[in-house]
Amino acid sequence: MSERILIGTRKGTFIVTRAAGRWTLRLAGHAGMGVNFVARDPNTGTFWALLGLGHWGAKLSRSVDAGETWSDAPQIKYPAGARYLAMPDPTEDNPSMQGPVSVRDATLLKLWCIAFGPTGRIYVGTIPGGLFESRDGGESFELNRGLWDHESRGGDLFEGEGTGNTHWFGTPASEGGEFAPGIHSILVDPKDANRILVGISTAGVLGSSDGGKTWENRNKGMLNDYLPDPAAEWGHDPHALALCSAESAHVWQQNHNGVFYSRDGAQSWTRVSRPDQGVHFGFPVAVDANDGKTAWVVPGHSDMQRMAIGGGLFVARTQDAGETWETLREGLPQQNAYDVVYRHALGCSGDRLAFGSTTGNLYVSDDRGESWQTLANNLPPIYSVAFE
Amino acid sequence: MPKVVLTRHLYQYFPALEGRELEVDAETVADVVSQMEKLAPGFAFYICDERGRLRRHVNIFIEENLLRDRACLSDGVEPDSRVFIMQALSGG
Repeated sequence: MSERILIGTRKGTFIVTRAAGRWTLRLAGHAGMGVNFVARDPNTGTFWALLGLGHWGAKLSRSVDAGETWSDAPQIKYPAGARYLAMPDPTEDNPSMQGPVSVRDATLLKLWCIAFGPTGRIYVGTIPGGLFESRDGGESFELNRGLWDHESRGGDLFEGEGTGNTHWFGTPASEGGEFAPGIHSILVDPKDANRILVGISTAGVLGSSDGGKTWENRNKGMLNDYLPDPAAEWGHDPHALALCSAESAHVWQQNHNGVFYSRDGAQSWTRVSRPDQGVHFGFPVAVDANDGKTAWVVPGHSDMQRMAIGGGLFVARTQDAGETWETLREGLPQQNAYDVVYRHALGCSGDRLAFGSTTGNLYVSDDRGESWQTLANNLPPIYSVAFE
Repeated sequence: MPKVVLTRHLYQYFPALEGRELEVDAETVADVVSQMEKLAPGFAFYICDERGRLRRHVNIFIEENLLRDRACLSDGVEPDSRVFIMQALSGG
């Protein structure tokens, strides 16, 4: 079990360390800045923070001394000629975004997630819908053209006008208010770096079997209750993806429309929600590193009520691939608790789990979620929780 | 040469600029930004996006005049101009 937790919040980066049986929390950098995601590259030991600086844009920051000092990294930028198809932004005059899809120049709106492949490659997911890859330890990043030019989003707009038709829609998660698609989940198979999955709000899941050269739809079995055809090929809204390190064919998805599970590397999905137990809506999902049938979610009431159900916070766990769920409440507040936990704010390391809420509460469990301990109550809204 | 005055917020990201008299060889605001980039690598991407457009919540004034060309920063500056790079006070 890891003894250190990296926390990204709306107002800075925090690090929690366990020593002599006690957890100690400290502000480790980026005071006052939005930190969407903090993680440690297991290949180099470098800490990476994905910042949203408001006025000054999205920035990559890194630390080579375990969070003691931070400096700007070489920045991710969309290359000249990168364009995408987009709906009009919602405005006071046009709140429902009526109007034709138009071609826009791509500029970096948000750095949303970072992932590390087994061969040392680093991947960053962005809004608008970019997958950036570094093959030199983060000294430079390149836009993945196979995904950017994918037919599902209108084809190659570098060279021409494409098909004019996109199946990638927006997410309200962009920091500037723009409504553009975003990549929030990147899973690289630890046993085979050629196998990559990405989760996009809103399009669904795409997968590559050739290291990112080509991509295909991985939404078979998905259901979106907000579409005329719930089983449509595109238009799904994964909130987060997770895969089992030891059994990497086992993939989990907390979706806007429930919890989904795949036993075949996201070739097909089954909805395993249990709304009667409160297991349906939510953002994060974590999976056990060794047992692909064991996963945890932190449910919210519904998309219309993005908060804990009935004022009692709980974690739900399945150990049989979603056949049954347990609701784990010991040590978590059960009265007047209305926390919501964002998609990157649940972490797992061995038997230890941790999660943080937008209410600034941070909890840890050393027994696979059976019981919980409060680590903090007054943090800024928590965006990411990752064991190093 | 034109003088550049920065919002103190930028010193948080570029502490080496704090307390310095910033004078740059520039005929346009675009020149000012590119000269500042030489002084402080990374500076331009704080002020502009990757297309060279001024970020939405950044303002540049030449003396008391707000920059007009936010797309290309082609507004001219005089040798005795002061150029102010500020954050827009958007929101509450």
